[in-house]
Amino acid sequence: MAYEFDFSSVTPAAIKVLGDGMLVSLKITAVAIVFGMVWGTLLAMMRLSRQRPLRWFAAGYVNLFRSVPLVMVLLWFFLIVPQLLQKLFGLSPANDLRMTSALVAFALFEAAYYAEIIRAGINSVSRGQLAAAYALGLNYPQAMGMIILPQAFRNMVPLLLTQGIVLFQDTSLVYVSALADFFGRAYSIGERNGRIIELLFVAGSVYFIICFSMSLMVKRYRKKVAT
Amino acid sequence: MGYQWHWSVFLQAPSDGQTYLDWLFSGLGVTVALGLSAWVVALILGVFLGTLRTLPNRLLSGIAACYVELFRNVPLLVQIFIWYFAMPELLPGGEIVKAMPPMQQQFLMAMLCLGMFTAARVCEQVRSGIESLPRGQKGAGLALGLTLGQTYRLVLLPMAMRIVLPPLTSEFLNIFKNSAVASTIGLLELAAQGRQLVDYTAQPYEAFIAVTLAYMTINITVMSLMRVIEHKTSLPGMVGK
Repeated sequence: MAYEFDFSSVTPAAIKVLGDGMLVSLKITAVAIVFGMVWGTLLAMMRLSRQRPLRWFAAGYVNLFRSVPLVMVLLWFFLIVPQLLQKLFGLSPANDLRMTSALVAFALFEAAYYAEIIRAGINSVSRGQLAAAYALGLNYPQAMGMIILPQAFRNMVPLLLTQGIVLFQDTSLVYVSALADFFGRAYSIGERNGRIIELLFVAGSVYFIICFSMSLMVKRYRKKVAT
Repeated sequence: MGYQWHWSVFLQAPSDGQTYLDWLFSGLGVTVALGLSAWVVALILGVFLGTLRTLPNRLLSGIAACYVELFRNVPLLVQIFIWYFAMPELLPGGEIVKAMPPMQQQFLMAMLCLGMFTAARVCEQVRSGIESLPRGQKGAGLALGLTLGQTYRLVLLPMAMRIVLPPLTSEFLNIFKNSAVASTIGLLELAAQGRQLVDYTAQPYEAFIAVTLAYMTINITVMSLMRVIEHKTSLPGMVGK
């Protein structure tokens, strides 16, 4: 009954392969955080704007992405993005566009989640701040950019970072397109050596160590700000 | 665009008298069954752990805290693979699981995985619900001569559960969305049926649109249902009435 663990398939060469995979995961995470936050901020401002079409568009976008599983969103983008890019730039179908598709999918998907966090952040800034900014003669973009958003972001940093940790874990789902990220490589090393169980535990531990230490840092930051 | 729309594809039957539409509905059925059964696991375990987390006993609250950290910091995909590939080898009783038909095996493991993953989130919600109650409630319960167990059962949990209902709704929605991850271990739920449809019919847009609409329908149904429950159980005298 007792299963004999054998980690001998985790050789230095395998660790290097895994390291390269981790770079892929981190790259997707970083791109999605940056673009997701920029696009998410715009969406949040649209949702709070007075223009009805803008408000509707942003609400529709956010609700659509939040009601569909990430796996489904990824499948959609692995279908659409390559076709679109091939049409637009006349690329040959031989080009591997899975990475581009993954980046686009994660950026657009995460933007919907960031938009909700940022909207709550903007709403948490006192209304008097906006009135005071107007009274000082600032216009709307200036008031937003220099008064409201900086305060909103300061309140939101822990939530945004926590969402970043969730996003990093979710990047493993590029598995559905067989893109070789950290998890995908760990799994194929395990499969090749008939040691899937060991490699799964290695992958799980690495994710745990990274995410747990990040969340400890967020917790410490939160405490420092609160006092 | 050059794409040939072909919606009647759903009425075609690949084999054994079942149409592609039947495939989609069977996938929908699996997704709903998986989400609901995993939710039962998550709710029972999550409320139990959330209660442990607020107890004065440091060992018990520490165990619950470790559980939450472990299940929150490992990706769901890795967890479901560990359940499916590793647990039957490592846990006692694994032979019974391995002897099951593949579909049942996948369903059982996906249910345990999603349930225990979501329990960590439910635990945190329940804890914050209990901690949001005025401290006097616990004191009052104890002063009336209730034991700690009775105070939790009769006073704190009924209050806390009603306060945390809105955040629990979003976890309930998440469990259906997260169930799509079960397609990676081969369970033929909604997302997997969608992919299978693409392979069989070569009509990816119709298949994906149908699956996406099905997920949105689940979402809307759950939200309206929870709104009714929230309204029925809301605490009198609170702001958000």
